[in-house]
Amino acid sequence: MTWLHRYTRLLVAATLVLVTAGGMVTSTASGLSVPDWPTTYGYNMFTFPLGKMVGGIFYEHGHRLIATLVGLLTIGLVAFVWRVDSRRWMLRLSLIALAAVILQGVLGGLTVIYLLPDAISIGHAGLAQVFFCLTVATAVFTSRTWLGPAALANDPALRRRLVVMTSLIYLQILLGATMRHTGAGLAIPDFPLVFGGLLPPAWTPGVAVHFAHRVGALVVTVFVLANVAYIWSRHGGRRELVRPAWLLVVAVAAQVALGATVVLSGKQEIVNTLHVAVGSIVLGTSLVLTLRAFGARAFTDRRLPI
Amino acid sequence: MIKNLRHLVPTFAVFSLVAACSSAPPPPPAGGGKPVDAATTGSLSGRAAFAGTPPAVESIRMNTDKACVQGSGPNPQSDAILIGADGALKNVFVYVKEGLDPAYSFDIPTTAAILDQQGCIYTPRVIGVRAGQPFDVVNSDQTLHNVHAMPMQNQEFNQGQLTKGVRLTRTFTVPEVMVRFKCDVHPWMAAYVGVVAHPYFAVTDAGGAFEIANLPPGTYTLEAWHERFGRRTAQVTISATQAQTVTFSFAAKQERP
Repeated sequence: MTWLHRYTRLLVAATLVLVTAGGMVTSTASGLSVPDWPTTYGYNMFTFPLGKMVGGIFYEHGHRLIATLVGLLTIGLVAFVWRVDSRRWMLRLSLIALAAVILQGVLGGLTVIYLLPDAISIGHAGLAQVFFCLTVATAVFTSRTWLGPAALANDPALRRRLVVMTSLIYLQILLGATMRHTGAGLAIPDFPLVFGGLLPPAWTPGVAVHFAHRVGALVVTVFVLANVAYIWSRHGGRRELVRPAWLLVVAVAAQVALGATVVLSGKQEIVNTLHVAVGSIVLGTSLVLTLRAFGARAFTDRRLPI
Repeated sequence: MIKNLRHLVPTFAVFSLVAACSSAPPPPPAGGGKPVDAATTGSLSGRAAFAGTPPAVESIRMNTDKACVQGSGPNPQSDAILIGADGALKNVFVYVKEGLDPAYSFDIPTTAAILDQQGCIYTPRVIGVRAGQPFDVVNSDQTLHNVHAMPMQNQEFNQGQLTKGVRLTRTFTVPEVMVRFKCDVHPWMAAYVGVVAHPYFAVTDAGGAFEIANLPPGTYTLEAWHERFGRRTAQVTISATQAQTVTFSFAAKQERP
């Protein structure tokens, strides 16, 4: 494992922590507990006293601090790639990641200043997942699996399936973010039934987006099971595909259980936040599978970076 | 360089538009200049009561902020539902909703209404102000708060109060019943402000009683609002110099306001 790959893994882990911290901000409704940005109650954010990190400030200010760390790590990624990786597209990818994390910070600030408008908050949640995917991609592209000599199966059908699956998972996360930021998390209060039946008796925007998220969960689950079965049957000997496929099944099962528990627990904060975090893990795992299925076909320049 | 700056123009245009849309609140209702004849006014009094088994009192866990624990005393409880003897319901906002001659004009008080934060609880929890009347939000706690007003008709705001003694003065100009206030630092904190175009409003006391004085003769629709038990209306006719009474009855499992 190269040091660059270790570094990208660190960035993926830090981003997952950041996404989880962001989930905790919304789960505890702490998004406006710090009313100013980029300052914190008038302080430079790095000099805000730890003793004043009480209540919702703990989550919101903590989220900002972790975001700063991730931003610095991303700057470090660009420098690292520029220094040791000869692939120009890797440098471009790391620069795109840097642009994404900067834009993400600005969106986070704007949503505070404009008092959490739905569009900006949902955009903030959506871009968070895009940035997370960018970090996962850098980890994949610097991994031994990617850079090694192993032949990659020529299976266009698998690639198509996995691209569709990853896209669907991302759309499902966007639906979840919309539900979360429009306060529709309990618009349908029962589970697995819907107001005691199969369909909502009345349609409001909240009920519609909540119902769409449930249907989306069903669709994603079916796609994941079908694709994992496909991988086992056609590529059962390839560990680099089978292992993430296993992880994906476990993560999706956990995610469905967490989604149900969110409703049944009345949006318990920890469960609600875990639902966000595991959603990212599902997306990231699906992306790893997809990229590995493409492998050298999409990127012919596979020289070892270090 | 100039080419690059061009891209910034639409961005600034969007933000300017947002800023323009969020400024310049409308003036409070002025009325038609007709004075109320004090010699003919009547008065209205009454009571708000809860019927049925009172809901359990909710405890508040303030352990996320030691200053709140110290300031609130042992076992702090929510004041969202305060039911006394015989179902007396406190913190019901009662006001004249319809029927008042729009030609009447009323002086707008210049004295600020006070919404205090003591022991990490808004005090009082429910108040009424006149449209155009200033109100002060005071931080009397040894900790920080953010004052987050969430009106639908007036301008939303969110302002931090870092230290004890800080006072924030704001004015709502559009009648709106009710405006919710919250503190995102301490999620149990809530207050409600009724913004009314006239002086005919009251908040029930611990005995569930309220009184509205100096009401011109006429037939009115009264509305009583409670944050958990919803809204009730009543028709009442006030004759010259007459005292009228009305009772509002609330029950559990009503629609939320």
